[in-house]
Amino acid sequence: MQDNVAEVADERAGALPSVNAKVVSPESGLSPPVLAIDNLHVHFVTENGTVRAVEGLSYTVKQGEIVAIVGESGSGKSVSALAVMQLLPPNSARIIDGSIRFEGRELLGLDEEEMRQIRGRHISMIFQEPMTSLNPVLTIGLQIMEPLTMHLEMSEAAARARAIELLTLVGITDPESRLAQFPHQLSGGMRQRVMIAIGLACNPKLLIADEPTTALDVTIQAQILELMKDLSRRLGVAVVIITHNLGIVARYADRVNVMYAARLIETGPAEAVFARPEHPYARGLLAAVPRLDRGRSVQLATIEGAPPNLLDPPEGCRFRPRCRYAIDACERVPPAVETEAGHFAACHRAGEIDTLERATIKGVDAAASSDARADGEAILDIRHTSKFFPIGGGFLRGPAKLVKAVNDVSLQIMPGETLGLVGESGCGKSTLGRLVLRLDDPTGGEIVFEGKDLAPLSRSQMTDVRKRMQVIFQDPYSSLNPRMTVGQIIGEPMHVHEIRPKAEIPGRVAELLQLVGLFPYMALRYPHELSGGQRQRVGIARALAVEPRVIVCDEAVSALDVSIQGQVINLLEHLQHQLGLTYLFIAHDLAVVRHISHRVAVMYLGRIVELASSDDLFADPRHPYTQALLAAAPVPDPVIERTRPRTIITGELPSPLNPPSGCVFHPRCPKATEDCKKAVPETRELKTGHTVACIHA
Amino acid sequence: MADVTFTPSAVTPARPRRPNPVLHFIRKQPLGFVGFLVILLYFGMAIGAFWISPFHPEEIDFAAMLTGPNHEHIMGTDQYGRDVFSRLVYGARTAMAVGIISALLGCTAGALIGATSGYFGGRIDNLIQRIVDIMLAFPIIILAMVVVAVLGKRLVFGVDVNLIIAIALPMVPKMARIARASTLSIAQMPYIDAARAAGYSHARIVLRHIVPNIAAPYLVMVTAFIAQAILLEASLSFLGLGVTEPTPAWGLMLSGASADFYKAAPWMILFPGLAITLAVFAFNLFGDSLRDWLDPKMKG
Repeated sequence: MQDNVAEVADERAGALPSVNAKVVSPESGLSPPVLAIDNLHVHFVTENGTVRAVEGLSYTVKQGEIVAIVGESGSGKSVSALAVMQLLPPNSARIIDGSIRFEGRELLGLDEEEMRQIRGRHISMIFQEPMTSLNPVLTIGLQIMEPLTMHLEMSEAAARARAIELLTLVGITDPESRLAQFPHQLSGGMRQRVMIAIGLACNPKLLIADEPTTALDVTIQAQILELMKDLSRRLGVAVVIITHNLGIVARYADRVNVMYAARLIETGPAEAVFARPEHPYARGLLAAVPRLDRGRSVQLATIEGAPPNLLDPPEGCRFRPRCRYAIDACERVPPAVETEAGHFAACHRAGEIDTLERATIKGVDAAASSDARADGEAILDIRHTSKFFPIGGGFLRGPAKLVKAVNDVSLQIMPGETLGLVGESGCGKSTLGRLVLRLDDPTGGEIVFEGKDLAPLSRSQMTDVRKRMQVIFQDPYSSLNPRMTVGQIIGEPMHVHEIRPKAEIPGRVAELLQLVGLFPYMALRYPHELSGGQRQRVGIARALAVEPRVIVCDEAVSALDVSIQGQVINLLEHLQHQLGLTYLFIAHDLAVVRHISHRVAVMYLGRIVELASSDDLFADPRHPYTQALLAAAPVPDPVIERTRPRTIITGELPSPLNPPSGCVFHPRCPKATEDCKKAVPETRELKTGHTVACIHA
Repeated sequence: MADVTFTPSAVTPARPRRPNPVLHFIRKQPLGFVGFLVILLYFGMAIGAFWISPFHPEEIDFAAMLTGPNHEHIMGTDQYGRDVFSRLVYGARTAMAVGIISALLGCTAGALIGATSGYFGGRIDNLIQRIVDIMLAFPIIILAMVVVAVLGKRLVFGVDVNLIIAIALPMVPKMARIARASTLSIAQMPYIDAARAAGYSHARIVLRHIVPNIAAPYLVMVTAFIAQAILLEASLSFLGLGVTEPTPAWGLMLSGASADFYKAAPWMILFPGLAITLAVFAFNLFGDSLRDWLDPKMKG
């Protein structure tokens, strides 16, 4: 096939490439599916034993189809994709059994040289981190042209022409000059576009995307996924999307495969799986996701417990220990039951769960008292606060440039309420949180906490404030000191602030552990011995140790899996009721913010663009940016998703070093007029409690 | 807490298996373990020198001058008829004491300075790092020689304190650099922010939250520096600036008259030279293995 490669590359509907020459289609006249995985078993041999990472996985992908593989971390979804590419770590991974057929040709057992011919040429893969999956020292052009010259043996000039064509295809403007640029000169979204361009370079039949948009902001995520869907339709490429985000699945996938603890537990057309999930885990997962189209009156259903340790998984059905419908039969491995055409669930009770659930479930309504107490004085009053970071500059380096991370922000938080703060990365929401905590000092403005401005307070005066204001961080892996036990972590603030006499601290630690749903014996454990959800609970217990009134939650649930996220959100809400806490809840996930917040502030490039009660904001967004954010965020329901209009904003977040004049949103705004470029729009109150900074709202 | 319940399997405190660290080390780093055994051997020699050595190390026997290795003097004798093996065994005492004390001293001071520098950053960091730069500009041996020459000799419990300071000092800037680099990455961690948000003092954050987290590079550097310190002590003694006669020390055994007799009595320099080489090799082997073993990326 090396002789007429250029032609093959350009017409994909042509004759099958030679890789398929040996293959005889099983059905007469029908070409085999692009990818057929059958009974795949992958084990990892580790020091502590054998991890059964994938067990008996089977699925097929047809031409032009988008198939999603959904599951929580550790469920085996990425491992199965790497197995297809045969990129598993050779020292520890073993493919024990099964077959992986690409266009009918068995891939398992091919030698490295033969696999190399397939990788990149016929199957490409896109990884999660666009920042690290491009080589930083090579130009974009070189990296796109590499597979063309390697696999298709194109000439330099032909490869260059094709590279320009590919960049245009993935929506990168001015492609010719981009070829000479290095990855660091492009934004995250652009880099992911380049990755897609590289993936598509050789006209592959199959594109495997492993969490392709997890590292990207929601508006960029929508752009990338729309692009992938469009390309799949136009070029007939089959796509496998591996994701944990059910919203993405609902919007883009034709078929869904749900994995749990190394096994496929449910598979079917997207509409069927979302409308009529059969496996209790799939049902639980769908119920546990906070949704944009539901308010905070509904408490999240949760799946109790945590996924099993794959070193020593439970016998029979893996979900049995967490399943409320488990029966004796569940001690045997469940068969895949076809409940409707093409929709399978691996559950002994598939088909009857629906009726069971209706009989047992009682309406879970959150306490009616969840309304914010809007009266009274604000506990935290942020007045015209700014934070500018100098970039560059210094001795002999000339004047520094200023990054206006937070620019003239005013917000009031009432006692007992949850104020959600949403925005894309780089909008300054986390910086604002750090200013409130005085981890950074504000450049200007006042932050008044309980009637006292924090900005001029000295370190020792702040110590007193810190007892009443606490923080929960995003990453439960790095926010706990790995060298301290859980008991030391939680006990330390009580000891330092002398909140309790030394002798009472262990008892109080045990109380706090129980309060956050852990067990007193866990005080002796180290953080690495706990799961992600448990660690986040430890972080919450540490924050509660000083009995604070305000807690800043900085992306407190973003790093957790869906079923665990639901548990932690419920815990935070429960603690708020019980202890009368006030939350400043910073997050990028609109659905989570919608679920937990009484009021929501939307931030863009250092400014608050809209502020309203949660229901109001999501029902009637006024600022074009809020509207775009809401349109970009997918809802885990294919029926809604497929009828929803998609107004996807173009462009990317401008550099905060050089923000646009006037309204910072005007370069991306569909409603922008000349007036928007002139002056920063005033914040106007449209109706009680709903303010917008837009002249067109 | 109706919404937070646990499955029965989670209630039973099934503690995750923690492998025995010693066995784990032996299995993962057999070469490092060999190094460790050699180090133990040296320690045994240093502690049990009195019982191990067949002669007193300073006992002069003119009848047996420059005797080659035989059944009585297994490593021969020197120009005063002193037993080389006994001097070697007692020399381990000097080497281990000076090596370990100075390495610990230099590394600890360096780690604290580096952690402080990295944690506070800004002006303090700049100042400390420039001082470190100046110290690093001197060759180790020159720096040590200057200290010995300026401070002279001061014996405390038979150990020259100034010699230890002279050997420890060149290690301070090196360790400070390493500790600062580790601290800079640890200071970025949210748990340090959490500690600041909880209102802890700077001293508490550095000592309680940062220092334990740089323990791994610290331990590795200590083992590496012990080897260097032994070498440095030998070099200084060889140059006549370290331990002085008649105290047995490896470097001393190589210097002076032994150089004149190396053709007639090669055992006089062969065995102390081997002792130094083996000790340095063992500490380096152990240090390298320790680094690999403590590196979380190498585990699993």
